[in-house]
Amino acid sequence: MAVFNLNINGKQQQVDVDPSTPMLWVLRDHLDLVGTKFGCGIAQCGACTILVNGVATRSCITFVDSVGDKEITTIEGLSENGDHPLQKAWIEEDVPQCGYCQSGQIMNAAGLLNANPAPSDEEIETAMHGNICRCGTYTRIKKAIKTASNS
Amino acid sequence: MATVKTKLNRRSFIRSSALAGGGLLLTFSWLAPACTTDSPKELTMPDNWYELNGFLKIGNNGAVTIMSPNPEIGQNVKTSMPMIVADELDVDWKFVMVEQAPLNTDIFTRQLAGGSQSIRQGWNGLRMAGATARRMLREAAAHEWKVPVDEITTEAGVLYHKSSGKEAGYGEMAAAAAELTVPEEVELKDIKDFTIIGTSRKNVDGQKIVTGQRLFGLDYKAEGMLIAMIEHPPAFGMKLKSFDATEAKAMPGIKDVFAIKTYEDDYQMQWSDVTSFTELVAVVGNSTWEVMNAKLMLNVEWEPISENNSQGVPTGFENTSDHYKKMAEAAAKAGREQRRDGNPEEAFKNAAKVIERTYTAPFQAHNPMEPMNFFADVKDDFALLAGPTQTPEFMEKSVAARLGLPLEKVDVQMTRMGGGFGRRLYGHFMVEAAVISQKVKAPVKLIYSREDDMSYGIYRPAYHALYRAALDADNNLIGFHVRMGGIPESPLHANRFPAGSVDNYLAESFTVDSNISTGAFRAPGSNFNAVAEQSFLDEVAEAAGKDPIQFRLDLLKRAQENPVGSNNDYDAARYAGVLEQVREKSGWDTNSEGKNRGVAAYFCHNSYVANVVDIANKDGKSVIEKVYASIDCGIVVNPDAAVNMTEGSIVDGIGHAMYSGLTFSEGQPEQNNFDMYRMIRHGEAPKEIEVHFVENNIDPTGLGEPPYPPVMGALANALYKANGERYYHQPFVKNSIG
Repeated sequence: MAVFNLNINGKQQQVDVDPSTPMLWVLRDHLDLVGTKFGCGIAQCGACTILVNGVATRSCITFVDSVGDKEITTIEGLSENGDHPLQKAWIEEDVPQCGYCQSGQIMNAAGLLNANPAPSDEEIETAMHGNICRCGTYTRIKKAIKTASNS
Repeated sequence: MATVKTKLNRRSFIRSSALAGGGLLLTFSWLAPACTTDSPKELTMPDNWYELNGFLKIGNNGAVTIMSPNPEIGQNVKTSMPMIVADELDVDWKFVMVEQAPLNTDIFTRQLAGGSQSIRQGWNGLRMAGATARRMLREAAAHEWKVPVDEITTEAGVLYHKSSGKEAGYGEMAAAAAELTVPEEVELKDIKDFTIIGTSRKNVDGQKIVTGQRLFGLDYKAEGMLIAMIEHPPAFGMKLKSFDATEAKAMPGIKDVFAIKTYEDDYQMQWSDVTSFTELVAVVGNSTWEVMNAKLMLNVEWEPISENNSQGVPTGFENTSDHYKKMAEAAAKAGREQRRDGNPEEAFKNAAKVIERTYTAPFQAHNPMEPMNFFADVKDDFALLAGPTQTPEFMEKSVAARLGLPLEKVDVQMTRMGGGFGRRLYGHFMVEAAVISQKVKAPVKLIYSREDDMSYGIYRPAYHALYRAALDADNNLIGFHVRMGGIPESPLHANRFPAGSVDNYLAESFTVDSNISTGAFRAPGSNFNAVAEQSFLDEVAEAAGKDPIQFRLDLLKRAQENPVGSNNDYDAARYAGVLEQVREKSGWDTNSEGKNRGVAAYFCHNSYVANVVDIANKDGKSVIEKVYASIDCGIVVNPDAAVNMTEGSIVDGIGHAMYSGLTFSEGQPEQNNFDMYRMIRHGEAPKEIEVHFVENNIDPTGLGEPPYPPVMGALANALYKANGERYYHQPFVKNSIG
């Protein structure tokens, strides 16, 4: 076990965990931030996506001892009042079905828009390739990303 | 205006304290009401709630809480079922809050997510609940104002007495209404007077989903809760022999490691119970990561299951190659005859042309994005369970029987589910969680890893179909023969189209035994029938030199005007209706030039769906440019959500037909995570989907499953146009991560 000081959603947080613990479980089990979802544990589904210094990152393979003082953003910290352009667009397009993968989809899209504020359809498809939606809401996700990108 | 007796559903109208007991004990935020997205910010909780019946309560300030009785699995019932109540109650949707109802079969009926039946079977009860409360509010106002109740009208949550100019919000009359006797009969609205049903309303949990709030079973938390995981046999046909937990127990954060028996040998299984792996090793600890690591340190020995085991499970380790061989062998012989019309043997003997094709499909894992999990807190005299289940009522019985507790001492709470697709009909994980909690005497959340989830599946069975068609010299379809089976069940629906449209018809089924656990998977049976049958009909139409839509319509015309046999289980006019609509909307007759188009139509779960798929060849790749869907599911409650469900089904159908399959080697699933099991991804979805509903006033039927099967057939037929190849075996693209 070791103590880590983390910068999460703009707040300093301290956890005492095994250094090999993935950020996914640090967030969910130790900091009670359950918006980041467990899907596969091997970075193949994208449900656990968070931002590390603004870059979309799979938290299930990001170990706590690799994070240092980098800025971590989770779905809970994407906006103060749940009104980030992507969150608003997701509501506008009524994207979710079961909803489980959607925080990962939104965080991955946030990473995309940070790097490329006006992505083309192809760029969206490529950037979102790693995020599975089992309900098949891909066409709405694409629409919502474009709506957010235009706002 | 229809008047209906409330008696039928009398139990629902007992003003039960169970609602308070079930609803208010809960402290977890997902059970807090979800406000509709257009609720004003100032919508505040009232000082008092008045329960008018088990489905709804009205606050003194006019706020309305409507209970959503059924499990929410992504099919939108948590929004659409309360919409039905709200419409008959005649309130403004802005002032509605929705709560997930507790499991209470005294109040609610069929609290189950399956068979696309929630709206269809809930329709009358939900309407009646709203209409009954509205009637009681009108009676309260009539009494207060001393006028006849017939003179009281309502609009958007306000009661009016037009001639005297009196008016009052529902909130003002709720206390008095709650004291009234429940009426014997109530009037339902005319369909034309609906103000909420048929209008698009956004997902009531939408804001919680996009802000990552606690909603799902995996998010459940309780004071002192431990985390548990299980180790199950690596192969079907194996069971636990022995284990050494010394190293695992010594790992940090681990409380205990022990074997559990999910079901005792003399346990009477019900349909939602599963027999594959009844002895497991459980690892219990403080946190998920610690438990995952300890699980790796287990030393477990497995052995083959014994002959004559108590549950009658076949022995042996199975292989995919043998599966296909066994099905082909079975299909080479006559099967169990399920329907016969005319003289099919004679028709085939006299045919000018006989077309014969074989189709197969693999086992498939459901793979909902939220892996199986459940919370259990088992005490000596009471058990609380909470989590994602499609069958809370059935599994409450299983848990009670296994723990030896009376049913009323087991409480099952429903969280939102991260998908299910049939997988969560089978709740062995609830029993496992309960047994583990009982053993460690603490609240426990059982979590499956993705590998556990995919390798301990209740899979879609593997299927095989032989189709034969006989054409006469004028290319009329004079004989049709299907022989269809699977491991371990046949998907055959002998009385569905084209039965009823062909004079000489024979349908046979066969089955092959297996110890691999299988169960319902979105549109069971239909999810194979549609692709096989609709691909086959496409070839038959081509052989007959006919347009594939007109060919089907001609057969349906025959089934409508002069049906063969008397027990055809579809409505040929509605079937033809969706084909005609998709022909028009896709411009089939006017705009097909240069397009690679395929069509299919299918009926299942009481609804009719037709698709046209357009494929373009770009840079050596087939791209799905557009999919059209035409649907007849009766009245559409929440149109945009219904479109969403259809779009998702289309993507899901294309994905499973193209990419997904599970294979076995020596009883062991060869894929156990998304690096090996291919799922459809963003870029593989159609570029555009256009959905149309046939407008009618028929009571709503199902939508969760019907739009899933036919698109696979339309896809196969469009691919043939695009590249000249017919697709007989799923997945169409052999497994390789692309």
